This record gives sequence, C-alpha cells and structure tokens, in this order.
Amino acid sequence: MDELDALFHGFAIALTWYNIGMMVIGIVLGIVIGVLPGLGGPNGVAILLPLTFTMSPTSAIIMLSCIYWGSLFAGAITSVLFNIPGETHSVATTFDGYPLAQQGRAGEALTASFTGSFFGALVAVLLITFLAPMVAKFALKFGPPEFFAVFLLTFCSFVGTGKDPFKTIISMMLGFGLAAVGMDTVSGELRMTFGWSELLRGIDFLIVVIGLFGIGEILLSMEEGLAFEGKSAKINAKVVLETWKKLPRYWLTLIRSAAIGCWMGITPGGATAASFMGYGIAKRFSPNGDKFGTGQLEGVIAPETAAHASGTAALLPMLALGIPGSATAAVLLGGLMVWGLQPGPLLFVEQKDFVWGLIASMYLSNIAGLIIVLSTVPLFAAILRIPFAIIAPIIIVVCAIGAFTVHSAMLDIWFMLLFGMVGYVLKKLDYPLAPMVLSLVLGDRAEAAFRQTMMGSRGELGVFWSNSLVGTITTLALLMLIWPLLAFAWRKIRERLAGETT
Amino acid sequence: MNLTLHKTCLAALIGCALTAPAQAQAQWQPTKAVEIVVPAGAGGASDQMARMIQSIVLKHQFMKQPIMVMNKGGASGAEGIMDVKDAKGDPHKLMVGFSAIYTLPIAASLPFNWRDLNPVAMIALDEFLLWVNSETAYKTPKEYLAAVKAAPPGNFKMGGTGSKREDHIITVALDKIAGTKFTYIPYKSGGEAATQLVGKHIDSNVNNPSENIAQWRAGQVRALCVFSGQRMVYKDKVTKDQSWADIPTCKDSGVDVEYQMLRGFFIPSGTSKDQVAFYADLLKKVVATPEWKDYLAKQALKDVFLTGTDFVKFLEKDETFHVKLMNEAGFAHKK
Repeated sequence: MDELDALFHGFAIALTWYNIGMMVIGIVLGIVIGVLPGLGGPNGVAILLPLTFTMSPTSAIIMLSCIYWGSLFAGAITSVLFNIPGETHSVATTFDGYPLAQQGRAGEALTASFTGSFFGALVAVLLITFLAPMVAKFALKFGPPEFFAVFLLTFCSFVGTGKDPFKTIISMMLGFGLAAVGMDTVSGELRMTFGWSELLRGIDFLIVVIGLFGIGEILLSMEEGLAFEGKSAKINAKVVLETWKKLPRYWLTLIRSAAIGCWMGITPGGATAASFMGYGIAKRFSPNGDKFGTGQLEGVIAPETAAHASGTAALLPMLALGIPGSATAAVLLGGLMVWGLQPGPLLFVEQKDFVWGLIASMYLSNIAGLIIVLSTVPLFAAILRIPFAIIAPIIIVVCAIGAFTVHSAMLDIWFMLLFGMVGYVLKKLDYPLAPMVLSLVLGDRAEAAFRQTMMGSRGELGVFWSNSLVGTITTLALLMLIWPLLAFAWRKIRERLAGETT
Repeated sequence: MNLTLHKTCLAALIGCALTAPAQAQAQWQPTKAVEIVVPAGAGGASDQMARMIQSIVLKHQFMKQPIMVMNKGGASGAEGIMDVKDAKGDPHKLMVGFSAIYTLPIAASLPFNWRDLNPVAMIALDEFLLWVNSETAYKTPKEYLAAVKAAPPGNFKMGGTGSKREDHIITVALDKIAGTKFTYIPYKSGGEAATQLVGKHIDSNVNNPSENIAQWRAGQVRALCVFSGQRMVYKDKVTKDQSWADIPTCKDSGVDVEYQMLRGFFIPSGTSKDQVAFYADLLKKVVATPEWKDYLAKQALKDVFLTGTDFVKFLEKDETFHVKLMNEAGFAHKK
C-alpha cells in the first residue's frame, strides 16, 4: 500500500498548527464567499490568491482549496433559507431545500445538505487517494462527442421531471436562447448582441439565477402578504442529531450522487452539471420521486452530494494530468505556477510532499468544514425569524451586490431586476424555472461540443455511437428521454395482464 | 478629481526637485488600487502572466498601492478589451494585450482598434509550435504534412484556441504553404487543445510552449518545429533528452510559416504621458527581476522589451501583418 504510506506522510505535512490555522481561515472565508451570491469559488480563490504568494506551496494550496470547500458547503445556505442560490451548483438545492425551510424544517435541510456534501467529498478524496493515476486516464478518453453525450444525458434526465413536459421544454428552449447571446466561440462571430457592446460577454447565468430565484421569490412573498412562511422554525442543536438519524435511509441516493459527482468532476463536466444530474436522476429513481419539489430531504441530499463530490474530484485531473476539472481548479493551476511548481502529469512524481500534503488536507479540512458549517446551522436558521420587512430589503441589496460583482457592470443589476419579473411571471404561469437555468448553464458548452463533433465527423451523427463509451452514454440519454413513455407503456401492459388473469 | 490629481502631481514635482533628480523617476503615482485587466479566462497564459507580474510587484514592493488581477474573458476577450476602451482617462487600469487586439475587430467587427488605448510596453513574444501525439511516427514537420496531404482532405484534425484566432491563422497559413487541408476544431483554451491531443481526439495542435509543456515533459506529445525565425534560446533540458533550443524552426524544416504573438500592456486612452511612463518604468523593474527571467525560461517566452515609439512601430507592423493574414484566410467579418 504505497498510497497509504504516502498518505500518512501527507498527514504529517498537513498536521502542523500553521497548516491547520490556514485550513480554518480558508474554510471561514469560503463560507462567506459561498453565502454571497455572485461571488463564487473561482472569483473567491482568484481574489485571495495574492495572499498566498509568500507562503510555501503546500500551505498556500491548503488554504486556497479550503476556500473552495467552504464555498461548496455554504452555497446551500441561502438556497435553503431564501431560495437564492449562493453558488451556481446550489441551484438544484433550492428545489426541495426552500420548501423545507417554508415548512419550518430549515435546520434539517441544512444539516442534510452539509452532511451530504461531506459524504460526496469523502468519496471523491478516497478516489483521488487510491485510484488517481488510473482514473486520470479515463478523463483523456473524453473528446467532443463524449462531452456532448454527457450534456445530453443531463438534459434528458431533466425533461421528464416536470408536471408538464411541454412547459419544461419551452422553459429549456428559453434558456438555450439566452445562452446563445454573445460571442460564438466556434465561428468567432457575435450573435444577438444587436450592436450593443455590453451584450458581448453574453448574459451571465448567475445574474439570471439571482433574478429568477432571489428577486422573483421576494415579489411572490410580497404578494402573499409580506411574510416568509418558515418563521416558526424551531432551532436547537438537536436538529443535527435528529437529521443524522434519518440520513442512512437515503444511502442509495448518497452513493448514486457521489458516483455521478466523481464522474462529472473527472471528465470534467463541472459541479453545476453534476448537481442537476444528481437531482434529476434521484427524482427519476427514488420511490418518492413524484414528491420531489415539495420538500424532500432526499432532494437536498442528491444535488449537494453530487456537487461536492464533483468539486473535489475536479482536483484529480488537475493533479494527475494538469487539466483543470473546474473553473476553480483552473485558478489553482495558475497558482501552482506562481508558487514555482510545474503542473502536469509529473507532479505526482516530482512533488510528492505537495500532492500528498494536499490530499491529506482534503480529509482534514472537510471534517473541519463539516464541524464549522454544522455549528452555524442554528445561527443561519435563526435568520428566518427576522421579520420579512427587515430581511427583504437586505436580500435585495445582497442580490444587487452579487449581480454587480460578477462583471462589475451596472447593466447586470438591471438584468437582475428584469429576470426577477420574468421569474415572477413564469412562476405565476406555473412554468418550471430549473430547465431554463440548466440550459442556460450548459447550453453553450453543449452547443460547442456538438458543433466540434460535427466538424470532426463531417456531419455524421453516427459518431455518437462510434465507440463503446460514447455509445453507452448516448443510449442512456435517449432512454432517459423516453423513460416516462416506457414507464407508461409498462403500466398499461401490466394492467392488461392483470385484467386477463382475473 | 482633476484638482486632486493636479495637486499630487505638483507635490511629486516638488519632491523630485528637492531630492536632486538622480534618476528619471516617473512623476505620477497611482492613487488607488491598480487593476490588471486580463481579457482571457483564469488559468490561461495571459492570466498566469498577469498573476506572475502581480506577485513580483507585491514581493519587491514596486508600488505603494495594491495591484489586482481581473479576468474579463467573456466573448473571447472582447469583454476585457471593451472595458478598458470605455475606461477613458482611468490610469488605474492596465490591460494585458495579445494578438486578439487585431484579430477580434476584424473577425467580429468589434468597434475597437489598439489606437483606442495607450500602449505602455511589450514585455515578451510568445512562440507557437507544431505538436503531435508522441505515439505517432511523425518526427519532422515534412513527414507529418506529407501524411496530411496524402490523406483525404479534412481527415486530419488540428485543434486550437477559438475560431479565427492565432491558432486558426497558423493552420490556414500551413494549409496554404504545404497544400494540406486540416479540419480545424476550435476549443475554448490551449489547455483543452493540449489534453485533446494527448487523448488523440485531434492529430496536432499549434500550442504555445506554456500550454503544452506539462504534456511534453511527460512524454505525451512531440514538438515538430517552432514557427519562428530563429530557434528558441533556452538550452536547459526540459524533457529527458530535449531542450527548447533543440527544436528546429519550421522554416529550416522546409515549412516557411512564421508567427509570434506579442505579450504587452496597455492603459486606457486619455491618460497622460507621466502615467504611461510610470507603468513602463514599473514593468521595466519587473522584467529585470530574477523571478521574471525564471518565468520566461519556464514558459519559453522570447525576452523582448519595447516601450514608446518602438512599441508603437511594432504594433503598426504587426497589425498590417495580421490584417493581411486574416484577409487571406477569409476571416474578415462579412457585412
């Protein structure tokens, strides 16, 4: 067990008072970054990168990766409490997290989300510890057709989830339309900017999310009589233990989401895609699937576990191959250069102390992270007791600051308000918002992957079945798409059979 | 604002006069945090350079005010470029410039010209190399291009950073000189093109040294030639048996394509000569540090430092070169 030796050596490096201090600082900063919408892991790490220039590379990466873990944990907090995702990967957490908070079960939702996150991270770290070089090779198998197939799978696992599939598709198409605004990287031309240079960068996903969910929710609450419904939340430390008692029941969801997350982190599909896929698949296969969206603990666990597993696993291709598995990993990779390390396939061989110090710190910091965030549960749940008239203006200000931070542009605040109204109208008309958000996040990447594939195959669609990997994913995606029809047909056949026997 | 600026200038002037002007110090100093605008995503070559410079400035305390790096990589960098263009008269924005300043306006009819900015200094030239997967048999560019030519047109895939950008220009130039027909696949970044080459999803790429060095050292890719007039100067072994200087030029190998990319700095127009001089002086200090030399060697960047009219002359010449290449390749935006 070479890995175990190396890991214990890593613990020896990570377990100094200085490094533990860096861990705690990193996690606390990460939680702050995670709570603020708009300020995400990548910007947070980028802003704090200069602080680390004078540190040793190992302490520096421990602190920066802890910021990332902190933000992965904390993204769920505002999703659950106010229906405002603090991070892009916690959008899916709002679907069941917020209804739970409205029922006065915010503490449970937060505990479940944090614990799920921790479980996802743990699985991903174990994977990195023991299987990194082997798994890294798998990442290399992913070319444009494989990427498109994965995105297709994510979309397809979502289409049948809504009450009305046509409304889901309309909402999804709106998202694709919004995603197409700006520069098209495949042709290098501008689309739908109407000569307006502010639109060059496209419409940022975060702005739309803050508007649709945050502002839209406040508009709805105002109409319903200026009150948050979750005020009666009972808050005590026992809620953590009580929730833990319930969690083992969801072992299958936990494992499934962790696996999806690891896979999406390595390939790299990203934490956001992982969280959506985790939610979509849990909804499809859980016995309580049709109750998702009304406040199921499982619906909180599924996306959070997948997101954190993916965020953690994203470091695997970074360490083993020098490929960033996520935007945050890309910033960390830039950091490696500044600290004088050469990222790439030789890092594992040449910089053992650094790599294993980091891996060991991932175990420690996720444990530390869990303890810190759990201890904040009563605190955050208590926020819901503040009267709406006080908290609503604060939320709007925080939303506006968040929207502004994304690109430091005033226009984005107007967009946020616009999408707030769009969100309100869509909710009133009972259109699901999630598919729109999903296609806005993944739309341009899916499009680019599809067009790259078509360029390479010169228009042959058969390329999506050209090898066993891409063929399996594509077939799986199409199966997901027609799953509701299959289930319907199966029910009919069984009814008929039952009718014949009686 | 204007008045306070005037006052600080005056104060600095008096300060200079009193302390006997031993050296030609820039008379203007930043009065608030300086923002390095990177018109590219986090983790890319421009971003790494900006962060390296940030770390050098902080470490040696070349500046009293803090210095920050801002990624504005939307729309292939147009976001950052337009941001700096619109910040007329703001001396606290410093933009990292590369060839997108010529190619973007032509390809996407972006209302921008580098003359909309105040050129400060060019600090390096970035090289481009022709890379193939090391499991293939091609050892020279001639062999490789002959194989491309022998295959049906479009069979070989060249991956690169974005459409109608440097990599695409080089690919079209190669096609023209060697009579080949590559299928060019635009990825989002050089890093992605590097991984895709290792995974054999493309047959070659024309990445910068910094974008492929990790894979090169690991023996996953092979460098066939460098698109430069002379070989690179770095003689330290990077892989087991090769240094950057061991790679022949494409020209010597019978493929007459040359292309290098500027790495320079600009500040918004409407800024004063003093302000330009301050940043030129700051960058001069940066490039004199051992950390910078080390960085150049690691990234195999060509050490060139140009300021003032020399830099402007370079930009004019380089622009004409790009306009010609872009028009020949048919990349100009159709109205």
